[in-house]
Amino acid sequence: MTTTQQRNYALAPLRSVLDNGARVIAKHSGATPAVTIHAAFEAGTVFDPPSQHGVSHFVSRTIDRGTTAHSAEEIADGLENRGISLAITVNRHALSLVCTCLVEDLGSTLATLADIVMHPAFPDPEVETRRGEIVTMIRQDEDNPAAMASEGLLALLYGDAHPYGRRPRGSVEGVERIARSSLQAFHAARFRPGALSLVMVGDVDAERAIEFGSRAFASWQAPPPGPALFPPVPAAHERRLRVIPMMNKAQADIAYGFTTIVRSDPAFYAYWLMNNIFGEYSIGGRLGDSIRERQGMAYYVFSALDANVVPGPLLIRAGVNPANVDRAIASIDEEVSRMANDGPTDEEFAESRQFLIGSMPRRLETNAGIANFLQMVEFFGLGMDYDVRVPELLAKVTPGDVQAAARAILDPSKAAVVIAGPYSGKS
Amino acid sequence: MKAATYNASVDVYEEVLDNGLRVLIQDVRTAPLASVWCWYRVGSKDEGPGLTGVSHWVEHMNFKGTTNIPRDKVKGIIEQYGGYWNGYTWIDQTTYTETAARDVLDRMLFIESERMANCLYDPADCESERTVIISELQGGENDPDQLLDQELTATAFRAHPYRHPTIGWLADLQTMTREDLYGYYRRHYVPNNATLVIVGDVDRKDAMRSVVQRFGAINPGEVAKSHHTREAEQLGERRVTVSREGTTAYLKVGYHAPAVTDPDFLPLQVLDAVLTGAKGLNLWASFRTPPPQRSARLYRALVDGGFASAVNGGLVPTEQPFLYTISVTATEGTALSAVEQATLAQLEAVRRHGITEHELEKAKNQLRARLVFEGDSISNIAHQLGYFETIATWRLVPSLRESIDAVTLQQVGDAAGRCLTPTNRTVGWFDPIVS
Repeated sequence: MTTTQQRNYALAPLRSVLDNGARVIAKHSGATPAVTIHAAFEAGTVFDPPSQHGVSHFVSRTIDRGTTAHSAEEIADGLENRGISLAITVNRHALSLVCTCLVEDLGSTLATLADIVMHPAFPDPEVETRRGEIVTMIRQDEDNPAAMASEGLLALLYGDAHPYGRRPRGSVEGVERIARSSLQAFHAARFRPGALSLVMVGDVDAERAIEFGSRAFASWQAPPPGPALFPPVPAAHERRLRVIPMMNKAQADIAYGFTTIVRSDPAFYAYWLMNNIFGEYSIGGRLGDSIRERQGMAYYVFSALDANVVPGPLLIRAGVNPANVDRAIASIDEEVSRMANDGPTDEEFAESRQFLIGSMPRRLETNAGIANFLQMVEFFGLGMDYDVRVPELLAKVTPGDVQAAARAILDPSKAAVVIAGPYSGKS
Repeated sequence: MKAATYNASVDVYEEVLDNGLRVLIQDVRTAPLASVWCWYRVGSKDEGPGLTGVSHWVEHMNFKGTTNIPRDKVKGIIEQYGGYWNGYTWIDQTTYTETAARDVLDRMLFIESERMANCLYDPADCESERTVIISELQGGENDPDQLLDQELTATAFRAHPYRHPTIGWLADLQTMTREDLYGYYRRHYVPNNATLVIVGDVDRKDAMRSVVQRFGAINPGEVAKSHHTREAEQLGERRVTVSREGTTAYLKVGYHAPAVTDPDFLPLQVLDAVLTGAKGLNLWASFRTPPPQRSARLYRALVDGGFASAVNGGLVPTEQPFLYTISVTATEGTALSAVEQATLAQLEAVRRHGITEHELEKAKNQLRARLVFEGDSISNIAHQLGYFETIATWRLVPSLRESIDAVTLQQVGDAAGRCLTPTNRTVGWFDPIVS
């Protein structure tokens, strides 16, 4: 086991790599007598086998429903008698088990989590019950304009051949076909100690937390999982528009976007600032100024940047009255062009940079906030001192860099646009 | 100044200014931050006919510039210091918050003092916000569960103003005027109708000095007291069905439930923990963490039983008697009648037989754990003080743990017997029309 600690920094977490490859990170925080545990596996939806979309999500709904030693009921009783609520979430890259327990329950809670991820049984009756739940969730998504617009946009941007273009939960027909053996196979392929990043934040000494983590997971032996391989992201050559009519709804959802860069790109910090100015700062940045504040068209409008291990999307979202769809899209086009052509003003640039730097203590206030941050740092390999390097990384960015980032991706003639809601063409 | 007290058990300092503003300060030094919340005792229950939604609309207008904060300087006013601001309106309250570096506490107090006394209500901004709020309403209507909740509440209450949605009815939002908004603002936004809460890494004396400087000169007003009728006892089960195109069926069962100060309130929290898992008592924190519900009665009967993909219970602390609501999402292909039958069977069993000793202990463990988990940020701590002061008194907060400990099996059984009677319930269906 090798252990390193960054000293003299704000967070200064303790990081340890167990002999089996599992990474364990701990940070003491005395705000409450509780510990947040965040165990992330590189087992997100991008790892779904090509013909089995939705397997990762299905595993997230079943992995804690019984192990070779304990039934689903026993696991639930054991956690919930101590007030612990285990949340299992999945995104494109990671499947995460997250819970908060009282300090005195840390050891037993870690033992339960280790049992769940090492020895899941996927009992047949549980698989069938959860299949019914997942089918219902997919049907709910299909009745949700926001979900349909966002999924539709990613499909337009990335296409069927790229895992980003697929629906994370799969389709009803696909989920009906997923067998228990597929869940077991996915588990065997992706749940390995080398794919685990375990973060613990709370009122326990960091070295002691690492010992707890080691005790729970050190016996787990399996080779590292296969590397993540991604096809190239399709280039955009023209504007693409898709309308998903949902005439039973009151409001239309617009998703509008571009593909961007990878997180490790040195230009990331310029993109981060650009997105903040464009669609985040205060109530949705420039987009909010125009579409919400000046024109009163939308309760929500914003943009979000997801630069990742593949060039992720910059996603613009708005919910508008169907009569305003065309006007809202024209306003987005206008803001997109303005940002690319003119770049940020000096005032916008200074305020956004100060916000991103100044909001760090707030972002790192709670145990859960710190745990999320440390998982992000670990996933992208940013280093345990990343929290104190953020100011200098942002300080190096110039307004010209921000405009260059905008120019590189923001072009209405190459945008993908999806409208889901009571809209069939022209408003 | 008057009424300065210091409650050593929870380190809350309380002072009431001469103009009636109640100030609560708690020093919590876990991060170099301060959180400010300014609460007003006005919510959608205080709205009269034709003005439903006015409290919420006023909340929106109070982010649009003041005499001393020009409209174009609102954006970034706290963000440039790394801060965060927000606000919300509900049935009993309207509140505004900023959390930012401790060094800018005075700036946060300046913003709240301006909001209390000097908002502009520019006619063009009022019109622009009308369509923003209608967009918010229509976005909510896209969600069948929310639509059903609105219909259920309006059916359960016939007379009490808790019956109308906080966002208001569309017809009122289309016709309300700038004068309606401004008049409402001036009637309710006075220091003697407000509670100011400061929690964080602050020096109490410095903080009080800033509070007095910023708020001390604001004149008190005659607090507009709304007359809230008492809802007559329900004489039989009520039903409502929403029929709209959709993919998924939803069931809601609502029971008239006691206010936060009623002796039945905490026993019913225990009951809800047994039925659907403990949510805790902090609205600002509870939605961030799912309840521990895998071992809860309704989860096991409905979700593990294959009837539902989700079940949830809602019993929120309120000033006056509101609702205890069970919400269920039917699984694809399951008839709502079957979901309802399975739900009511569980509720009837607990009404008749109460809960077990083991369930009582588990529910208390969950509720106590939530109290700990919800105290992990200065925003959450400040929210609770202001929330409880607005609906009852903040002094309920430090005693919550003891009060939960004291709940008995008998009290839970009795409260269940009183609340879960068939004549006290309203059943709502969202029965989708398949297109």
